[in-house]
Amino acid sequence: MEKRAIDWWVGIFVLLGIAALVVLALRVGNLSGFAYNDGYVLHADFSNVGSLKVRSPVRLGGVTIGEVTHIGMNPKTFMANVTMRIEPKVKLPMDTGASIYTAGLLGEQYVAIQPGGMPQNLKPGSTITMTQSAVNLDQLIGQMVFNKASGSK
Amino acid sequence: MAFLDFVPNLGRRVLLTIPNLGAATRFLLRSLVAVLNRHFSIQQLLKQVYGFGVRSLLLMMIAAFFTGMVLGFQGYYALVRFGATSALGTLVALSLLRELGPVLTALLFAGRAGSALTAEISSMKATEQLSAMEMMAVNPFAWVVAPRLWAGIIVVPILCVIFDLVGIFGGYLISVPVLGVDGGTFWAQMQSNVTFSGDILTGLFKALCFGLVVTWIAAWQGYAAQPTAEGVGNATTRSVVTASLAVLGLDFILTALLFT
Repeated sequence: MEKRAIDWWVGIFVLLGIAALVVLALRVGNLSGFAYNDGYVLHADFSNVGSLKVRSPVRLGGVTIGEVTHIGMNPKTFMANVTMRIEPKVKLPMDTGASIYTAGLLGEQYVAIQPGGMPQNLKPGSTITMTQSAVNLDQLIGQMVFNKASGSK
Repeated sequence: MAFLDFVPNLGRRVLLTIPNLGAATRFLLRSLVAVLNRHFSIQQLLKQVYGFGVRSLLLMMIAAFFTGMVLGFQGYYALVRFGATSALGTLVALSLLRELGPVLTALLFAGRAGSALTAEISSMKATEQLSAMEMMAVNPFAWVVAPRLWAGIIVVPILCVIFDLVGIFGGYLISVPVLGVDGGTFWAQMQSNVTFSGDILTGLFKALCFGLVVTWIAAWQGYAAQPTAEGVGNATTRSVVTASLAVLGLDFILTALLFT
């Protein structure tokens, strides 16, 4: 085979390797997220976010419409502040609610959006006030056991 | 008296193994250092990268694609009982990045490129080409062995990255459109559980070690072969068998060292 052709093929091979590494780093590893970069931002305050993580999905009626981009703490109210990025084509009414649910018994946690009925839409950057926190399975089991024990007396 | 011969034979084989290992190590060091020799040429290295890498690419991609699809299927049937199919993306990605990618790449590489390398070097020896080079004051380590060894070290990690990526894509194709796992969850779970340095880079480090070991064994078996037609055949078989076992054994040690 000719020298130049080999040079070309080896160059393409190495570039392919580098490209695969970049895709793995961005898409599979969590070096950076570029999934919902064009969406608008909403906030929601929860008293407990459970094991919600950055990049957890935001769903409406089971359909993923965005993702969690940041989880912080509001030092005045002691509420967890969740920042979400929502697909631009999804316009949510003012009285929309947000809850944290678990997919399956052991699955990951996600933010479920319950749309309201008001004609005005939430503006980018505004905060959802009607929220329901993550269900703490340990606490529930503890309560159940405690109730059982006190009921049997 | 075949049985009585067994005991002294065993002793002789053990005694032969130790100096062989020493000679193989000296061979490796001489070949690695031969990069600095004036007879080492980049053009030879590129030719070997082409032969080992570009021409194994299609094989690797097909193998990776099927491996990923099988992982998707089997993982789904294991996880669906617990209602935990949201973890399928993590399962496919971690299995490929940590174990299957490096190990299968190295095993396929031993069969595809290692065997050819042994056959090439051993038939060069059988036809006294290596001696002829020395007669012409050309260092055979720099001209023949070093480009192949370094090509193996360069090529296997690149093939491994491509294997990982194609495998994950195969797993995705089975999980999301065929088995109906949610696509967003598949990627989100994968992203939140896979780390770049902990999983991707350590997997590639494994591939680098395997590349070195497989090409080392293949080149050494070729170099140490009996210079006969039969010797070439034996060396090729031994090269693939030894390299495959070495990869699997080394994988255990590396896993114990890296992922604790």
